[in-house]
Amino acid sequence: MAGILCFIEQRDGGVRRASLQALSEAARLAGGSGGAVTAVLVGHGVSGLGTQLGAHGATRVLVADEPRFAQYSPEGFAAAIQAAVARVEPQAVFMSATIVGRDLSGRLAARLGVGCLADVVRVWLDGSTVVAVRPVYSGKAMATVDGGTSTPVVVTLRPNVFALEARDAQASLEPLVVPDVAIRAAVCEVVAKEGGELDVAEADRIVSGGRGMKAPENLALVRQLAQAMGAAVGASRAIVDAGWIDHAHQVGQTGKVVSPTLYVACGISGAIQHLAGMSSSKTIVAINKDPEAPIFKVADYGIVGDTLQVLPALTAEIQRLKAEG
Amino acid sequence: MKSCVLLACVPDTASIIKISVTGNRVDEAGIKWIISPYDEYAIEEAVRLKETTSGHVTVLTYGPDRVQATLREGLARGADAAVQVKGGEATFGDALAIARVLAAAVRKTGPFDLVLTGAKGVGSDNSLVGAMVAELLDLPHISGVLKLEIGDGRLVAEREVEGGTEVIEAPLPCVLTAQKGLNEPRYPSLKGIMASKKTTIQSLAVADLGLDEAALAGSGCRWRALDLPPSKTGGTILNGEADPAAAARELARLLREQAKVI
Repeated sequence: MAGILCFIEQRDGGVRRASLQALSEAARLAGGSGGAVTAVLVGHGVSGLGTQLGAHGATRVLVADEPRFAQYSPEGFAAAIQAAVARVEPQAVFMSATIVGRDLSGRLAARLGVGCLADVVRVWLDGSTVVAVRPVYSGKAMATVDGGTSTPVVVTLRPNVFALEARDAQASLEPLVVPDVAIRAAVCEVVAKEGGELDVAEADRIVSGGRGMKAPENLALVRQLAQAMGAAVGASRAIVDAGWIDHAHQVGQTGKVVSPTLYVACGISGAIQHLAGMSSSKTIVAINKDPEAPIFKVADYGIVGDTLQVLPALTAEIQRLKAEG
Repeated sequence: MKSCVLLACVPDTASIIKISVTGNRVDEAGIKWIISPYDEYAIEEAVRLKETTSGHVTVLTYGPDRVQATLREGLARGADAAVQVKGGEATFGDALAIARVLAAAVRKTGPFDLVLTGAKGVGSDNSLVGAMVAELLDLPHISGVLKLEIGDGRLVAEREVEGGTEVIEAPLPCVLTAQKGLNEPRYPSLKGIMASKKTTIQSLAVADLGLDEAALAGSGCRWRALDLPPSKTGGTILNGEADPAAAARELARLLREQAKVI
């Protein structure tokens, strides 16, 4: 096996944690088959980020460090990874299924004329074929997919599913030469979200509110619990459509599909579209006044009761437990 | 502004998914088919652009004859023309092969200033086809568009990224994928529904698109198996109706000591 190339995403001077998870998984897979893992970093002023990648499984790091890559562009970054593919001739190209990864993977796969296994939650090798499991129908079913004959197959790995591993190892850094490429769609401005809220797609813990919160101002109770738990704030479609909260928070079939360690559903009855988006979460907690609500069928823990009374008590108790240490 | 909107026909999001006897597909018995919800934003945006700047909107899809209902809905929502590329069975599960067919059909029915589609085809959930079509047509693309302004031969779009919003500029022609929040899709009007019934759907065969066999073979990606996720059993559900605070304390204890998540 010719090894795995792993695209490393960076933003604001740091490597994305989701990329290190993808790199760790690449190392696990390659370790079992004797192949090497090469990381590829694309950006401007990013060379310093390469040294840490050895600890997460890369043996080499190819760095395309140029002003034209200062901002992400699918055209520019696809060309850079194509250059890395030509140099390494890997069996697979891994990247995290972040917004950038999902945007880039399609462009790259079409450019290389190969397949893409998107948003996978398990990946392994069957001989020389890359096989993966990925949620389809927003998690209502799991498809086992394979990359067929196409080499290299592009694989995007769902964030927060694969364990991040660290070891004591160094990677060698090598510059990557990328041919001229027309970058037509270019980022001209990035506006940071106010308050630096955690994004549900990347969060390890999520506290979500639904119609059972009764009024938009009661979402403060969801936010307080989220803060106590160090969680991102999610929402059901009903309250997004009602204008209580921005769509970026929506979890479900027409929102974000998430698999956090902890998902707390507050006043969410659990429409099939919502369950599809969160039922693969590791631990699910439901708080709802209706004991027949479908959300309780997927819950590991729950309280049947008045959500507006339970939430402040739960927040206070968690703050007390955390203060105890 | 001449736009082409690529539509996907998918199982209703309220569908209960069952596995087919072949073990690698959805059992289609009893499935209601709909326009992929994100594609509704793409149609709406194209129709709005036509209404403000004049122009023409084509809806295009690739699939068996059930997609004609999807195309008629696109027409009822304000599109002027509809194109069906017949087929789809051979390329199931292979986004590259599907994108090659769609790109060839866009080339044949174009030229267009704008190619739009949804940010995700609800079902296969790949989110790949828009960017693939752009690459195959050698056009720029912007995915997950939440806001769009079109100027003289250029466009400015906004999209959400983790922790913020990106403002992206691109020349026309361009491929865009629409995210929820781009607009509020209107319901088809009665007049639109009546008119949609009179419009002839242009039918293309894959053989008309000049793709060779290797191109149609795509990447070889396929679905080996489809399984239902394991179902959960017996959660610990507390009664908090009489004493919400006591139930909350017990839940916090369980989360800390048993689930070890606090």
